[in-house]
Amino acid sequence: MKVACLRLALLAAVLALASATAGRAQEQGGRQAFEAKVVYCKTCHGLSGEGYRGYYPMPRLAGQQPKYLENQLRAFIERRRVNPVMFNVAHVLTPATLAALTAHFHNLNPPPLGGAPRDNVGLGRTIYEQGLPEANIAACSACHGPEAKGHEEIPRLAGQLYPYTVKSLTYWGRERGQGGVRDDTSAIMVVTTHNLDAAQISALAAYLAFLK
Amino acid sequence: MNAHTARSRIMKRTSAIVAVAVIAALAATPGQTQELPVRNCTWCHGPSAQGSGAAPRIAGQREQYLVSQLHAFHDRSRDNPASKQYMWGATARLSPEMARDFALYFSSLPAEAAEDGDTGLAALGKVIYEQGVPDANVVSCIVCHGPRGEGFEAIPRLGGMSHGYLKSRLEQWGQGYHASARPMPLVARTLSADEIEALASYLSFLK
Repeated sequence: MKVACLRLALLAAVLALASATAGRAQEQGGRQAFEAKVVYCKTCHGLSGEGYRGYYPMPRLAGQQPKYLENQLRAFIERRRVNPVMFNVAHVLTPATLAALTAHFHNLNPPPLGGAPRDNVGLGRTIYEQGLPEANIAACSACHGPEAKGHEEIPRLAGQLYPYTVKSLTYWGRERGQGGVRDDTSAIMVVTTHNLDAAQISALAAYLAFLK
Repeated sequence: MNAHTARSRIMKRTSAIVAVAVIAALAATPGQTQELPVRNCTWCHGPSAQGSGAAPRIAGQREQYLVSQLHAFHDRSRDNPASKQYMWGATARLSPEMARDFALYFSSLPAEAAEDGDTGLAALGKVIYEQGVPDANVVSCIVCHGPRGEGFEAIPRLGGMSHGYLKSRLEQWGQGYHASARPMPLVARTLSADEIEALASYLSFLK
């Protein structure tokens, strides 16, 4: 009986020591792991988070609202926003890593990638600042801010990639608001995106693409 | 006009026609124009530019990518061993105009898939190509290179490229060659040898 107790005590001590060592290693490994994860994100989203034009456009994350980033990553994980690539990326993230990533990208501030057609930037600015009352389109600036920097869960739009903004506004309901979840945060954009026509979308996206 | 004059006129006209025909035939020789010495390329890259040995297929490659690589050889930023050995010399006197003309020509040629990878690894390669390996921070290739490996603008077409060539590119980026080709050095450093084999095999079959 005494031997068994001793054995148990010894086992407990060994386990305690092992977990303490592992904890220290995890802290150091944690920072390395986080940095590796940041590089992984930047491989597609641009080395300063400015976005990247591949076969699919990878959106700008730099300067984005942390709450918005967090919502989107959760939406990818829960498949409320359907994107096979981002589901794969997001579902392995721990909550702590997720929070740290959103803070990291929020603090980046590279110049906009640009590359949009310049013809209708003026029209885009008008729609952004004043809306199109006759087409039932509210002024974007009312929610997204006069400089399109966003607020809380409302995303920053300034410097967003032209093809990404066009795709998002054109196909809003195809990727977002899936899974039959009521009150998904993406619902607020459904009416506006439905009312915008292709020329207006292009003008808006072009205006936003050059905003710092 | 007497018979002699008529005959000599006919002969002059005939030889003129023959001369024009010969010049036209020379000009129309497949792959050979007066301005563009494509034979300097097909010598190594294969008669229909499908690739040969270490020289990759350039037929059907994206025009913008061909231009960027010709410039990279010319300014020596692409410093892979084979690049240094063959392409630095080949592009030493290449003007931007010629680079553009070569790219336009070769990008318009039909491409054949090499299909020289390991068929047993193709399924795994497809998974990595489309999904990456999130736990190992391997990005998915599809977002830049497209669902059928077709590429986009200056991002190269990978579909049907030779397994050996793709493997050497990925290995060498991982070793530090051609560091200016962001983000590929980053990508290559995350890949294991097995993943490179699988990807290169899959892509050699992708049409």
